[in-house]
Amino acid sequence: MIKKLVLSFPVDATDRPLIYDLIRVHDVSINILKAEIQPGKTGSLLAEFEADERGIDEAIAYLNDNGVTVSPVSSKVSYDRERCINCGSCVSACFSRALSIGAPEWILRFDPERCIACKLCLKACPLRLFKIEFAEV
Amino acid sequence: MKSFAEINDKIRSGKAVVLTAEEVTRMAKELSPAEIARRVDVVTTATFSATRSSGVFLNFGESDPPTRPERLELNGVRACAGLAVDDTFLGAAEGHPEKVGYGGAHVIEDLVAGKEVTLEAWGKATDDFPREHIRTRVSLESLNEAYLYNPRNASNDGEVAVNSSDQIIYTRAGVLLPRSRNAAYGGAGELSPLVNDPECRTIGPGTRVFLGGAVGYVAWNGTRFHDAGGTGEGRSLALVGDLRGMSTAFLRGVYHERFGVSLFVGVGVPVAVLDEDMARRVSIGNERVEAVIVDHGNGGKVLGTTNYAALQSGEIVINGQRVRSAPVASLAKAREVAATLKSWIAAGEFLLTEPTRPMPVAGALRRLEEKVD
Repeated sequence: MIKKLVLSFPVDATDRPLIYDLIRVHDVSINILKAEIQPGKTGSLLAEFEADERGIDEAIAYLNDNGVTVSPVSSKVSYDRERCINCGSCVSACFSRALSIGAPEWILRFDPERCIACKLCLKACPLRLFKIEFAEV
Repeated sequence: MKSFAEINDKIRSGKAVVLTAEEVTRMAKELSPAEIARRVDVVTTATFSATRSSGVFLNFGESDPPTRPERLELNGVRACAGLAVDDTFLGAAEGHPEKVGYGGAHVIEDLVAGKEVTLEAWGKATDDFPREHIRTRVSLESLNEAYLYNPRNASNDGEVAVNSSDQIIYTRAGVLLPRSRNAAYGGAGELSPLVNDPECRTIGPGTRVFLGGAVGYVAWNGTRFHDAGGTGEGRSLALVGDLRGMSTAFLRGVYHERFGVSLFVGVGVPVAVLDEDMARRVSIGNERVEAVIVDHGNGGKVLGTTNYAALQSGEIVINGQRVRSAPVASLAKAREVAATLKSWIAAGEFLLTEPTRPMPVAGALRRLEEKVD
Protein backbone atom coordinates (compact mmCIF):
# COMPACT_ATOMS: atom_id res chain seq x y z
CA MET A 1 0.00 0.00 0.00
CA ILE A 2 0.99 3.62 -0.56
CA LYS A 3 0.36 6.30 2.05
CA LYS A 4 0.99 9.99 1.65
CA LEU A 5 2.25 11.37 4.94
CA VAL A 6 3.53 14.62 6.40
CA LEU A 7 6.46 14.19 8.78
CA SER A 8 6.99 17.03 11.25
CA PHE A 9 10.50 17.21 12.70
CA PRO A 10 11.00 18.97 16.06
CA VAL A 11 13.66 21.65 16.50
CA ASP A 12 15.91 19.20 18.32
CA ALA A 13 15.46 16.37 15.85
CA THR A 14 17.80 13.47 16.27
CA ASP A 15 21.04 13.27 14.30
CA ARG A 16 20.15 9.79 13.15
CA PRO A 17 19.55 9.43 9.41
CA LEU A 18 15.89 8.52 9.91
CA ILE A 19 14.86 8.20 6.29
CA TYR A 20 17.86 6.02 5.58
CA ASP A 21 16.85 3.77 8.49
CA LEU A 22 13.29 3.56 7.20
CA ILE A 23 14.51 2.36 3.85
CA ARG A 24 17.28 0.04 5.08
CA VAL A 25 15.83 -1.36 8.31
CA HIS A 26 12.11 -1.17 7.70
CA ASP A 27 12.19 -1.78 3.95
CA VAL A 28 9.85 1.13 3.12
CA SER A 29 10.02 2.60 -0.36
CA ILE A 30 9.95 6.38 0.06
CA ASN A 31 9.16 9.02 -2.53
CA ILE A 32 9.93 12.47 -1.14
CA LEU A 33 7.63 15.07 -2.67
CA LYS A 34 8.53 18.10 -0.63
CA ALA A 35 10.99 18.84 2.14
CA GLU A 36 11.53 21.94 4.22
CA ILE A 37 14.21 21.19 6.79
CA GLN A 38 16.61 23.75 8.20
CA PRO A 39 19.01 23.26 11.11
CA GLY A 40 17.67 24.73 14.33
CA LYS A 41 14.10 25.00 13.03
CA THR A 42 11.14 22.69 12.82
CA GLY A 43 11.04 20.83 9.54
CA SER A 44 8.43 19.14 7.38
CA LEU A 45 8.59 16.41 4.85
CA LEU A 46 5.86 15.26 2.51
CA ALA A 47 6.46 11.75 1.29
CA GLU A 48 4.79 8.68 -0.10
CA PHE A 49 5.51 5.53 1.92
CA GLU A 50 5.16 2.23 0.13
CA ALA A 51 5.20 -1.03 2.11
CA ASP A 52 2.70 -3.50 3.52
CA GLU A 53 0.48 -2.21 6.29
CA ARG A 54 2.63 -3.62 9.08
CA GLY A 55 5.76 -2.12 7.52
CA ILE A 56 4.18 1.32 7.38
CA ASP A 57 2.93 1.04 10.97
CA GLU A 58 6.43 0.05 12.14
CA ALA A 59 7.96 2.92 10.20
CA ILE A 60 5.55 5.39 11.82
CA ALA A 61 6.28 3.95 15.27
CA TYR A 62 10.00 4.31 14.63
CA LEU A 63 9.57 7.94 13.60
CA ASN A 64 7.40 8.66 16.64
CA ASP A 65 10.06 7.14 18.90
CA ASN A 66 12.50 9.64 17.46
CA GLY A 67 10.26 12.64 18.11
CA VAL A 68 8.83 12.96 14.60
CA THR A 69 5.07 13.47 14.30
CA VAL A 70 3.44 11.72 11.37
CA SER A 71 0.06 12.79 9.98
CA PRO A 72 -1.89 12.09 6.83
CA VAL A 73 -1.68 14.95 4.30
CA SER A 74 -5.46 15.44 4.48
CA SER A 75 -5.14 16.67 8.09
CA LYS A 76 -2.60 19.31 7.04
CA VAL A 77 -4.34 20.89 4.07
CA SER A 78 -7.77 22.43 4.44
CA TYR A 79 -10.00 25.21 3.19
CA ASP A 80 -13.02 27.00 4.57
CA ARG A 81 -15.91 25.35 2.73
CA GLU A 82 -18.47 27.66 4.31
CA ARG A 83 -16.93 30.77 2.78
CA CYS A 84 -15.92 29.17 -0.53
CA ILE A 85 -17.74 30.62 -3.55
CA ASN A 86 -16.66 27.82 -5.90
CA CYS A 87 -15.02 30.21 -8.36
CA GLY A 88 -12.39 27.66 -9.41
CA SER A 89 -9.37 29.99 -9.19
CA CYS A 90 -7.49 27.44 -7.06
CA VAL A 91 -8.21 24.63 -9.53
CA SER A 92 -6.45 26.54 -12.25
CA ALA A 93 -3.28 26.76 -10.17
CA CYS A 94 -3.37 23.19 -8.83
CA PHE A 95 -1.09 21.35 -11.24
CA SER A 96 -1.14 18.15 -9.16
CA ARG A 97 -4.91 18.06 -9.75
CA ALA A 98 -5.81 17.62 -6.09
CA LEU A 99 -8.37 20.38 -6.57
CA SER A 100 -10.99 20.01 -9.25
CA ILE A 101 -14.32 21.49 -10.25
CA GLY A 102 -16.81 20.50 -12.90
CA ALA A 103 -20.16 19.15 -14.01
CA PRO A 104 -22.72 18.55 -12.78
CA GLU A 105 -22.52 20.60 -9.56
CA TRP A 106 -19.50 22.84 -10.16
CA ILE A 107 -18.61 22.62 -6.47
CA LEU A 108 -14.93 22.47 -5.50
CA ARG A 109 -13.58 18.98 -4.82
CA PHE A 110 -10.35 18.22 -2.96
CA ASP A 111 -8.47 14.95 -3.14
CA PRO A 112 -5.73 15.15 -0.49
CA GLU A 113 -3.98 12.08 -1.86
CA ARG A 114 -2.98 14.10 -4.91
CA CYS A 115 -1.82 17.15 -2.95
CA ILE A 116 1.91 17.85 -2.96
CA ALA A 117 1.69 20.86 -0.62
CA CYS A 118 3.01 23.24 -3.27
CA LYS A 119 0.98 26.01 -1.60
CA LEU A 120 -0.03 27.67 -4.88
CA CYS A 121 -3.69 27.49 -3.81
CA LEU A 122 -2.87 29.77 -0.87
CA LYS A 123 -2.08 32.53 -3.35
CA ALA A 124 -4.60 31.53 -6.00
CA CYS A 125 -7.65 31.65 -3.71
CA PRO A 126 -8.99 35.21 -3.97
CA LEU A 127 -10.68 34.76 -0.59
CA ARG A 128 -7.59 33.32 1.14
CA LEU A 129 -9.47 30.27 2.39
CA PHE A 130 -6.68 27.67 2.27
CA LYS A 131 -4.54 26.56 5.17
CA ILE A 132 -1.52 24.32 4.83
CA GLU A 133 0.35 23.35 7.95
CA PHE A 134 3.71 22.56 6.49
CA ALA A 135 6.74 24.08 8.26
CA GLU A 136 6.62 27.89 8.30
CA VAL A 137 4.32 29.33 5.65
CA MET B 1 -45.17 38.16 -30.81
CA LYS B 2 -45.58 39.00 -27.14
CA SER B 3 -45.29 42.39 -25.49
CA PHE B 4 -43.74 43.19 -22.14
CA ALA B 5 -47.23 44.11 -20.90
CA GLU B 6 -48.61 40.72 -21.89
CA ILE B 7 -45.74 38.89 -20.21
CA ASN B 8 -46.22 40.99 -17.05
CA ASP B 9 -49.95 40.14 -17.01
CA LYS B 10 -48.98 36.48 -17.02
CA ILE B 11 -46.43 37.04 -14.24
CA ARG B 12 -49.07 38.84 -12.13
CA SER B 13 -51.53 36.00 -12.56
CA GLY B 14 -48.86 33.39 -11.83
CA LYS B 15 -49.15 31.89 -15.32
CA ALA B 16 -45.81 32.98 -16.78
CA VAL B 17 -43.45 30.21 -17.86
CA VAL B 18 -40.00 31.05 -16.58
CA LEU B 19 -36.88 28.99 -17.29
CA THR B 20 -33.21 29.54 -16.63
CA ALA B 21 -30.98 29.96 -19.68
CA GLU B 22 -29.55 26.48 -19.10
CA GLU B 23 -33.02 24.95 -18.93
CA VAL B 24 -34.16 26.61 -22.15
CA THR B 25 -30.99 25.44 -23.91
CA ARG B 26 -31.82 21.86 -22.92
CA MET B 27 -35.39 22.38 -24.14
CA ALA B 28 -34.07 23.66 -27.47
CA LYS B 29 -32.58 20.24 -28.21
CA GLU B 30 -36.16 18.98 -28.62
CA LEU B 31 -38.19 22.00 -29.62
CA SER B 32 -38.03 24.57 -32.41
CA PRO B 33 -37.60 28.30 -31.71
CA ALA B 34 -41.21 28.84 -32.79
CA GLU B 35 -42.40 26.33 -30.21
CA ILE B 36 -40.16 27.83 -27.49
CA ALA B 37 -41.51 31.31 -28.28
CA ARG B 38 -45.03 29.95 -27.79
CA ARG B 39 -44.27 28.11 -24.55
CA VAL B 40 -41.69 30.24 -22.70
CA ASP B 41 -42.16 33.82 -21.49
CA VAL B 42 -39.03 34.69 -19.56
CA VAL B 43 -35.50 33.28 -19.42
CA THR B 44 -33.30 34.11 -16.44
CA THR B 45 -29.58 34.63 -17.06
CA ALA B 46 -26.79 35.23 -14.55
CA THR B 47 -23.12 35.63 -13.72
CA PHE B 48 -21.08 35.65 -10.55
CA SER B 49 -17.78 37.18 -11.51
CA ALA B 50 -15.03 39.42 -10.20
CA THR B 51 -16.12 42.91 -11.26
CA ARG B 52 -13.46 45.52 -10.59
CA SER B 53 -15.60 48.15 -12.26
CA SER B 54 -17.80 48.41 -9.18
CA GLY B 55 -18.25 50.85 -6.36
CA VAL B 56 -20.68 52.46 -3.99
CA PHE B 57 -22.13 55.94 -3.79
CA LEU B 58 -22.63 56.86 -0.14
CA ASN B 59 -24.16 59.81 1.66
CA PHE B 60 -23.02 59.88 5.27
CA GLY B 61 -24.66 63.14 6.38
CA GLU B 62 -23.13 66.28 7.85
CA SER B 63 -21.43 66.42 11.23
CA ASP B 64 -21.87 69.29 13.67
CA PRO B 65 -19.85 71.41 13.08
CA PRO B 66 -19.48 70.20 9.47
CA THR B 67 -16.39 69.31 7.44
CA ARG B 68 -15.77 69.85 3.75
CA PRO B 69 -13.56 66.86 2.95
CA GLU B 70 -10.60 67.15 0.62
CA ARG B 71 -9.44 63.71 1.57
CA LEU B 72 -11.65 60.86 2.70
CA GLU B 73 -10.98 57.32 3.89
CA LEU B 74 -13.22 54.38 4.79
CA ASN B 75 -11.40 51.79 6.89
CA GLY B 76 -8.22 53.40 5.61
CA VAL B 77 -9.18 52.96 1.93
CA ARG B 78 -9.19 56.19 -0.08
CA ALA B 79 -12.63 57.29 -1.30
CA CYS B 80 -13.54 60.17 -3.60
CA ALA B 81 -13.60 63.61 -1.93
CA GLY B 82 -14.62 65.34 -5.14
CA LEU B 83 -18.37 65.29 -4.62
CA ALA B 84 -20.58 67.43 -2.38
CA VAL B 85 -19.48 67.53 1.27
CA ASP B 86 -21.27 64.45 2.56
CA ASP B 87 -21.31 62.39 -0.65
CA THR B 88 -18.60 60.01 -1.70
CA PHE B 89 -17.85 57.23 -4.14
CA LEU B 90 -15.75 54.29 -3.06
CA GLY B 91 -14.23 52.19 -5.83
CA ALA B 92 -14.18 48.43 -5.25
CA ALA B 93 -10.69 48.03 -6.70
CA GLU B 94 -9.16 50.78 -4.55
CA GLY B 95 -6.49 49.07 -2.44
CA HIS B 96 -5.57 49.86 1.15
CA PRO B 97 -2.18 51.63 1.10
CA GLU B 98 -0.65 49.27 3.68
CA LYS B 99 -2.92 46.26 4.18
CA VAL B 100 -2.26 44.17 1.09
CA GLY B 101 -5.33 42.11 0.24
CA TYR B 102 -7.83 44.61 1.63
CA GLY B 103 -9.59 47.32 -0.30
CA GLY B 104 -12.78 49.04 -1.34
CA ALA B 105 -14.53 45.76 -2.17
CA HIS B 106 -13.94 44.53 1.38
CA VAL B 107 -15.29 47.78 2.83
CA ILE B 108 -18.41 47.28 0.68
CA GLU B 109 -18.75 43.70 1.94
CA ASP B 110 -18.28 44.92 5.53
CA LEU B 111 -21.09 47.47 5.06
CA VAL B 112 -23.42 44.85 3.58
CA ALA B 113 -22.58 42.52 6.49
CA GLY B 114 -23.85 45.26 8.82
CA LYS B 115 -20.40 46.05 10.25
CA GLU B 116 -19.31 49.50 11.33
CA VAL B 117 -16.73 51.16 9.08
CA THR B 118 -14.33 53.91 10.17
CA LEU B 119 -14.81 57.15 8.26
CA GLU B 120 -12.04 59.72 8.40
CA ALA B 121 -12.10 63.04 6.56
CA TRP B 122 -9.72 65.97 6.29
CA GLY B 123 -10.38 69.40 4.78
CA LYS B 124 -9.52 73.07 5.02
CA ALA B 125 -11.72 75.13 7.29
CA THR B 126 -14.11 77.41 5.42
CA ASP B 127 -16.69 79.90 6.72
CA ASP B 128 -19.45 77.31 6.27
CA PHE B 129 -17.38 74.24 7.15
CA PRO B 130 -15.07 75.17 10.00
CA ARG B 131 -14.05 71.67 11.01
CA GLU B 132 -10.77 70.37 9.56
CA HIS B 133 -10.87 66.75 10.63
CA ILE B 134 -13.32 64.09 11.70
CA ARG B 135 -12.90 60.44 12.57
CA THR B 136 -16.01 58.40 13.30
CA ARG B 137 -17.80 55.19 12.44
CA VAL B 138 -20.64 54.62 9.99
CA SER B 139 -22.78 51.62 9.12
CA LEU B 140 -25.32 50.78 6.46
CA GLU B 141 -27.99 51.79 8.94
CA SER B 142 -26.47 55.20 9.75
CA LEU B 143 -25.97 56.23 6.11
CA ASN B 144 -28.61 58.24 4.28
CA GLU B 145 -27.98 56.52 0.97
CA ALA B 146 -25.81 53.62 -0.09
CA TYR B 147 -26.03 52.21 -3.57
CA LEU B 148 -23.90 49.96 -5.63
CA TYR B 149 -22.93 51.20 -9.07
CA ASN B 150 -21.19 49.10 -11.71
CA PRO B 151 -19.91 51.15 -14.65
CA ARG B 152 -19.24 47.83 -16.36
CA ASN B 153 -20.77 44.47 -15.53
CA ALA B 154 -22.01 41.34 -17.29
CA SER B 155 -19.58 41.85 -20.16
CA ASN B 156 -19.91 39.12 -22.77
CA ASP B 157 -16.28 39.27 -23.91
CA GLY B 158 -15.38 35.64 -23.46
CA GLU B 159 -11.67 35.41 -22.74
CA VAL B 160 -9.41 32.53 -21.85
CA ALA B 161 -6.06 33.37 -20.27
CA VAL B 162 -2.94 31.26 -20.74
CA ASN B 163 0.76 31.86 -20.17
CA SER B 164 3.30 30.49 -22.64
CA SER B 165 6.32 31.97 -20.79
CA ASP B 166 8.49 29.82 -18.54
CA GLN B 167 7.53 31.67 -15.32
CA ILE B 168 4.38 31.61 -13.20
CA ILE B 169 2.51 34.87 -13.69
CA TYR B 170 -0.14 36.49 -11.53
CA THR B 171 -2.93 38.14 -13.48
CA ARG B 172 -6.50 39.35 -13.21
CA ALA B 173 -7.40 35.83 -14.32
CA GLY B 174 -5.50 34.41 -11.36
CA VAL B 175 -2.40 32.28 -11.24
CA LEU B 176 -1.21 31.19 -14.68
CA LEU B 177 1.20 28.29 -14.74
CA PRO B 178 4.18 28.39 -17.12
CA ARG B 179 4.27 26.77 -20.58
CA SER B 180 0.49 26.96 -20.93
CA ARG B 181 -0.17 24.31 -18.31
CA ASN B 182 -3.52 25.85 -17.46
CA ALA B 183 -6.19 27.98 -19.07
CA ALA B 184 -8.39 30.24 -16.93
CA TYR B 185 -11.76 31.46 -18.17
CA GLY B 186 -14.42 33.79 -16.81
CA GLY B 187 -18.12 34.12 -17.47
CA ALA B 188 -20.94 31.62 -17.22
CA GLY B 189 -21.15 30.51 -20.87
CA GLU B 190 -24.72 29.91 -22.04
CA LEU B 191 -26.04 31.27 -18.72
CA SER B 192 -24.37 34.71 -19.16
CA PRO B 193 -26.84 37.59 -19.63
CA LEU B 194 -25.56 39.21 -22.80
CA VAL B 195 -24.84 35.88 -24.46
CA ASN B 196 -28.62 35.42 -24.51
CA ASP B 197 -29.42 38.90 -25.80
CA PRO B 198 -26.24 40.22 -27.44
CA GLU B 199 -28.02 42.97 -29.33
CA CYS B 200 -29.85 44.10 -26.21
CA ARG B 201 -33.30 43.79 -27.77
CA THR B 202 -34.87 43.34 -24.34
CA ILE B 203 -32.22 45.00 -22.15
CA GLY B 204 -31.64 48.73 -21.81
CA PRO B 205 -31.69 51.59 -19.30
CA GLY B 206 -34.46 50.85 -16.82
CA THR B 207 -34.37 47.06 -17.09
CA ARG B 208 -35.03 45.58 -13.65
CA VAL B 209 -32.41 43.00 -12.64
CA PHE B 210 -31.08 40.95 -9.74
CA LEU B 211 -28.05 42.69 -8.26
CA GLY B 212 -26.08 41.42 -5.28
CA GLY B 213 -29.11 39.67 -3.80
CA ALA B 214 -31.54 42.57 -4.22
CA VAL B 215 -33.45 44.24 -7.02
CA GLY B 216 -31.34 46.55 -9.17
CA TYR B 217 -31.60 48.29 -12.51
CA VAL B 218 -29.69 48.73 -15.72
CA ALA B 219 -28.58 52.37 -15.51
CA TRP B 220 -26.92 52.74 -18.89
CA ASN B 221 -24.85 50.83 -21.37
CA GLY B 222 -21.72 49.55 -19.68
CA THR B 223 -18.37 51.15 -20.40
CA ARG B 224 -16.43 49.65 -23.31
CA PHE B 225 -19.79 48.91 -24.94
CA HIS B 226 -18.58 48.06 -28.41
CA ASP B 227 -18.89 45.70 -31.29
CA ALA B 228 -16.24 43.00 -31.12
CA GLY B 229 -17.72 41.28 -34.17
CA GLY B 230 -18.69 37.64 -34.10
CA THR B 231 -22.02 36.94 -32.46
CA GLY B 232 -22.36 40.22 -30.65
CA GLU B 233 -19.41 40.22 -28.24
CA GLY B 234 -18.26 43.43 -26.62
CA ARG B 235 -21.45 44.50 -24.88
CA SER B 236 -21.74 45.28 -21.19
CA LEU B 237 -24.18 46.84 -18.72
CA ALA B 238 -23.96 49.64 -16.16
CA LEU B 239 -25.95 48.55 -13.11
CA VAL B 240 -27.26 50.28 -10.02
CA GLY B 241 -29.00 49.05 -6.89
CA ASP B 242 -29.60 49.80 -3.23
CA LEU B 243 -26.89 48.27 -1.04
CA ARG B 244 -29.55 47.78 1.61
CA GLY B 245 -31.13 44.44 0.87
CA MET B 246 -28.01 43.06 -0.75
CA SER B 247 -26.31 40.07 0.78
CA THR B 248 -22.72 38.93 1.27
CA ALA B 249 -23.82 35.68 -0.35
CA PHE B 250 -23.85 37.59 -3.65
CA LEU B 251 -21.31 40.34 -2.99
CA ARG B 252 -17.80 39.38 -1.92
CA GLY B 253 -14.56 41.33 -1.65
CA VAL B 254 -11.56 39.40 -2.99
CA TYR B 255 -7.86 39.89 -3.68
CA HIS B 256 -6.04 38.47 -6.66
CA GLU B 257 -2.42 37.83 -5.73
CA ARG B 258 -0.05 40.47 -7.11
CA PHE B 259 -2.88 42.03 -9.07
CA GLY B 260 -5.37 43.67 -6.76
CA VAL B 261 -8.71 43.90 -5.07
CA SER B 262 -11.96 43.08 -6.80
CA LEU B 263 -15.63 42.50 -6.00
CA PHE B 264 -17.52 39.35 -6.92
CA VAL B 265 -21.02 40.46 -7.87
CA GLY B 266 -24.01 38.24 -8.49
CA VAL B 267 -26.07 39.57 -11.40
CA GLY B 268 -29.23 38.15 -12.87
CA VAL B 269 -30.96 39.56 -15.93
CA PRO B 270 -34.40 38.45 -17.14
CA VAL B 271 -34.73 38.13 -20.89
CA ALA B 272 -38.21 38.44 -22.35
CA VAL B 273 -38.95 35.84 -25.00
CA LEU B 274 -40.84 38.28 -27.22
CA ASP B 275 -40.73 36.31 -30.44
CA GLU B 276 -39.06 33.54 -32.41
CA ASP B 277 -35.89 35.60 -32.82
CA MET B 278 -35.48 35.94 -29.05
CA ALA B 279 -36.33 32.25 -28.62
CA ARG B 280 -33.51 31.39 -31.01
CA ARG B 281 -31.09 33.62 -29.09
CA VAL B 282 -31.86 32.23 -25.63
CA SER B 283 -31.49 28.70 -27.01
CA ILE B 284 -27.76 29.24 -27.51
CA GLY B 285 -25.68 26.41 -26.04
CA ASN B 286 -22.13 26.39 -24.70
CA GLU B 287 -20.72 24.92 -27.90
CA ARG B 288 -21.76 28.12 -29.69
CA VAL B 289 -20.49 30.55 -27.04
CA GLU B 290 -17.02 31.46 -28.20
CA ALA B 291 -14.04 32.67 -26.22
CA VAL B 292 -10.74 34.10 -27.41
CA ILE B 293 -7.54 32.51 -26.09
CA VAL B 294 -5.12 35.21 -24.97
CA ASP B 295 -1.48 34.59 -24.05
CA HIS B 296 -0.72 36.72 -20.98
CA GLY B 297 2.87 35.51 -21.06
CA ASN B 298 3.42 36.97 -24.51
CA GLY B 299 1.99 40.49 -24.58
CA GLY B 300 -1.63 39.45 -24.98
CA LYS B 301 -1.13 37.58 -28.25
CA VAL B 302 -4.34 35.92 -29.46
CA LEU B 303 -3.76 32.19 -29.89
CA GLY B 304 -7.14 31.24 -31.32
CA THR B 305 -10.68 30.66 -30.17
CA THR B 306 -12.47 27.95 -28.27
CA ASN B 307 -15.98 27.57 -26.85
CA TYR B 308 -17.56 27.06 -23.44
CA ALA B 309 -18.47 23.42 -24.07
CA ALA B 310 -14.76 22.68 -24.44
CA LEU B 311 -13.79 24.97 -21.56
CA GLN B 312 -16.29 23.37 -19.20
CA SER B 313 -15.11 19.87 -20.20
CA GLY B 314 -11.92 20.71 -18.31
CA GLU B 315 -9.57 20.53 -21.24
CA ILE B 316 -9.00 22.57 -24.39
CA VAL B 317 -6.52 22.19 -27.23
CA ILE B 318 -4.21 25.06 -28.06
CA ASN B 319 -1.92 24.60 -31.08
CA GLY B 320 -2.16 20.83 -30.68
CA GLN B 321 -1.32 20.94 -26.96
CA ARG B 322 -3.91 19.68 -24.46
CA VAL B 323 -4.36 22.28 -21.73
CA ARG B 324 -6.36 21.93 -18.52
CA SER B 325 -9.06 24.59 -18.23
CA ALA B 326 -10.63 25.90 -15.04
CA PRO B 327 -13.00 28.79 -14.32
CA VAL B 328 -12.33 31.93 -12.32
CA ALA B 329 -16.02 32.81 -11.99
CA SER B 330 -18.52 30.71 -10.06
CA LEU B 331 -21.02 28.76 -12.15
CA ALA B 332 -22.56 27.31 -8.98
CA LYS B 333 -23.27 30.82 -7.70
CA ALA B 334 -24.49 32.03 -11.11
CA ARG B 335 -26.97 29.15 -11.16
CA GLU B 336 -28.13 30.15 -7.67
CA VAL B 337 -28.75 33.69 -8.96
CA ALA B 338 -30.64 32.48 -12.05
CA ALA B 339 -32.76 30.15 -9.90
CA THR B 340 -33.51 32.89 -7.35
CA LEU B 341 -34.55 35.36 -10.04
CA LYS B 342 -36.70 32.64 -11.61
CA SER B 343 -38.45 32.06 -8.27
CA TRP B 344 -39.08 35.81 -7.82
CA ILE B 345 -40.70 36.04 -11.24
CA ALA B 346 -42.66 32.82 -10.83
CA ALA B 347 -44.00 34.12 -7.50
CA GLY B 348 -45.24 37.27 -9.22
CA GLU B 349 -42.95 39.51 -7.15
CA PHE B 350 -40.71 40.66 -9.95
CA LEU B 351 -42.14 42.25 -13.10
CA LEU B 352 -40.19 42.93 -16.27
CA THR B 353 -39.48 46.48 -17.36
CA GLU B 354 -39.24 47.53 -20.96
CA PRO B 355 -36.04 49.48 -21.67
CA THR B 356 -36.69 53.23 -21.60
CA ARG B 357 -34.54 53.58 -24.67
CA PRO B 358 -32.46 51.22 -26.80
CA MET B 359 -28.76 50.71 -26.14
CA PRO B 360 -26.47 52.78 -28.38
CA VAL B 361 -25.23 51.41 -31.68
CA ALA B 362 -22.03 49.60 -30.81
CA GLY B 363 -18.96 50.76 -32.67
CA ALA B 364 -15.26 50.02 -32.47
CA LEU B 365 -13.44 50.15 -29.14
CA ARG B 366 -10.92 52.97 -28.98
CA ARG B 367 -7.55 52.55 -27.35
CA LEU B 368 -5.73 55.19 -25.36
CA GLU B 369 -3.42 57.08 -27.63
CA GLU B 370 -0.24 58.48 -26.16
CA LYS B 371 0.23 62.11 -27.18
CA VAL B 372 3.44 64.01 -26.60
CA ASP B 373 3.27 67.73 -25.66
